[in-house]
Amino acid sequence: MKRSNLDIRMAGLGGQGVVTAAHILGTAVVATGKYAVVNPFFGAEKRLAPTESYVRISSEKIYDRGEVMYPNIVMVFDPQVITIGKSHTLPFHAGLKDGGLILVNSADPVIHDRDKAVLDNIKAKVVYVPATKLSVEFTGSDLSMNMTMLGALCGLDDTLVDLNAVMTAVEERFSGKTKIVASGTSAALDEAVKSKFEKMGAMIEKNRTAINKAYEYAKRC
Amino acid sequence: MSMSANINAAASAGPNQKAVSPEELLLKAPRERAFMTGSEAVAEAVRRAGIDMAIAYPITPQSESMHLTGDLFAQGYIKDYYRAENEFAVMAAVHGASLGGGRVFTATSGPGTLRAMEMFPVWAGSRQPIVCAFMCRGVALPPSIQPENIEMAFLLDTGMIMFHAENSQDFFDFILAGYAIAEQSEVHLPVGVFADGFFVTHTREVIMLPPDNIKLGEYNPDIAPIPPFDMEHAPMQMVRDPLLNKCNFVSYAASASWHQEVLAAAERARKHINKYMGGLIEVENPGADIMIIASGIAVSQSRDAIRTMAERDGITAGLIKVKSIRPFPAAEIAQATARASAIVIPEFNAGGWLAREVMGTIDNNSRVIAGPRVFGGMSLPGEVIIDVIKKAAR
Repeated sequence: MKRSNLDIRMAGLGGQGVVTAAHILGTAVVATGKYAVVNPFFGAEKRLAPTESYVRISSEKIYDRGEVMYPNIVMVFDPQVITIGKSHTLPFHAGLKDGGLILVNSADPVIHDRDKAVLDNIKAKVVYVPATKLSVEFTGSDLSMNMTMLGALCGLDDTLVDLNAVMTAVEERFSGKTKIVASGTSAALDEAVKSKFEKMGAMIEKNRTAINKAYEYAKRC
Repeated sequence: MSMSANINAAASAGPNQKAVSPEELLLKAPRERAFMTGSEAVAEAVRRAGIDMAIAYPITPQSESMHLTGDLFAQGYIKDYYRAENEFAVMAAVHGASLGGGRVFTATSGPGTLRAMEMFPVWAGSRQPIVCAFMCRGVALPPSIQPENIEMAFLLDTGMIMFHAENSQDFFDFILAGYAIAEQSEVHLPVGVFADGFFVTHTREVIMLPPDNIKLGEYNPDIAPIPPFDMEHAPMQMVRDPLLNKCNFVSYAASASWHQEVLAAAERARKHINKYMGGLIEVENPGADIMIIASGIAVSQSRDAIRTMAERDGITAGLIKVKSIRPFPAAEIAQATARASAIVIPEFNAGGWLAREVMGTIDNNSRVIAGPRVFGGMSLPGEVIIDVIKKAAR
């Protein structure tokens, strides 16, 4: 059987959960028996500084590490990645493979005509999902925007990963059963997030709701 | 020995782990799958290493490992832990704890390594079996916290044993093997376990772990070539006495022979590296006309290149993964490249220290293509290695 690879680049800003979203997706993929390698890319750990994370998914062992330079999917967690180039990768779609998917967290189109022409040329599919708005709507907070982005991604590509595995990975991430430290700063951030949602159980439920609702939203896109 | 008596008393308060031999822990115990980062893998090694004392000073990309090591102290897996005032203080303090007869652990990165530099030859000179993890990163301006392993070049001749991990699995295994090798009476040297920052430390991948209810048996400082904190034996005696300044023939001879003994001790580590790490090198596609020689994450990028070339271009290239940098596997590499017409050496640093090491030990150096190289935190896509190999094949 031919080796099948799928590479995802997630671009956003520090504190938006770009690293955590990648870790949850990778955990879910591995739980279903496929191979995944996940890694982040950031500079000084500042809120709102450019942050990227990468998820490589394959039917076979993965050796390649570091930045995903030729992604099948690009997820943009914040319009500023595109509008003011707040990103490690410029332009945001650099290296996107023919027929690739771009998922942008925005209610309105933000891609410039020049980039649109490039994306049309490689037959890329561009989908806008108001992920921050959906997070506020479904959970009462914008902190689950990374979850609505993840849910929307699963809704757009059913073959990517089993949604139930994503739900289990969310529970593992936030129940403290497996401790994921995205960075030194994120360990402190975790504590802040905990108090925001008061109880872990409620937080897991809200995140699951966010994923489910965004999944359904994306299905209608 | 009062310190080790105190340590024993504290041990009973920790989690219930059975002490086992390094053979059991590393080679025999059944393993289970886990999905974790290199930093978390370091913590899992520390959890099973029976550490007496760990001392931390944060620097990215090392911080997560020592943060998690601090958590292990809180859970009772480590007997003592504190955060020192800077990297030099850390390396000096772990030296003191090791001289006192404890098994110690710490970690550092890039600029932290350079700041602590003075202590590494001191560790080797006093023959302490300290294990230190180095999460390599850029050291030059403009700064980078992403992978670059130029700091390894600076440490090649400190007397320390050096292992270079390809991935999280190696990082876990080499740290535990590091203790097993460092604590051999005939070796008894510090071991640096190096991994390329971010692409190992911050990368989540599948690794295989032995159960966490077993750990390395206690370190016995009485097997050391220098009894713990004994001021009547070299080299501590020399620190105390004016002999330090080579003021007469005896002190001169003692100093020179001691330095030779440090180098000889590293040579004696070879058989233990073979036993606990399966050799100083690993070879894929032996006998291929084009051989890649790599260490660390450059090995993974080379594997990716080799697979793509085989699938797409029908070109077979071989790979020599160098696991032990000190002692250096000169004879093994000479043998594994004997039939190669071209040798490609990809590296994550600007200086090309691995290429220099190889060229200094093999015949017919015109075969060596010293590159490709990336630095300052860049990735090294397999395609870049493939380009160089195709040019060599022409």
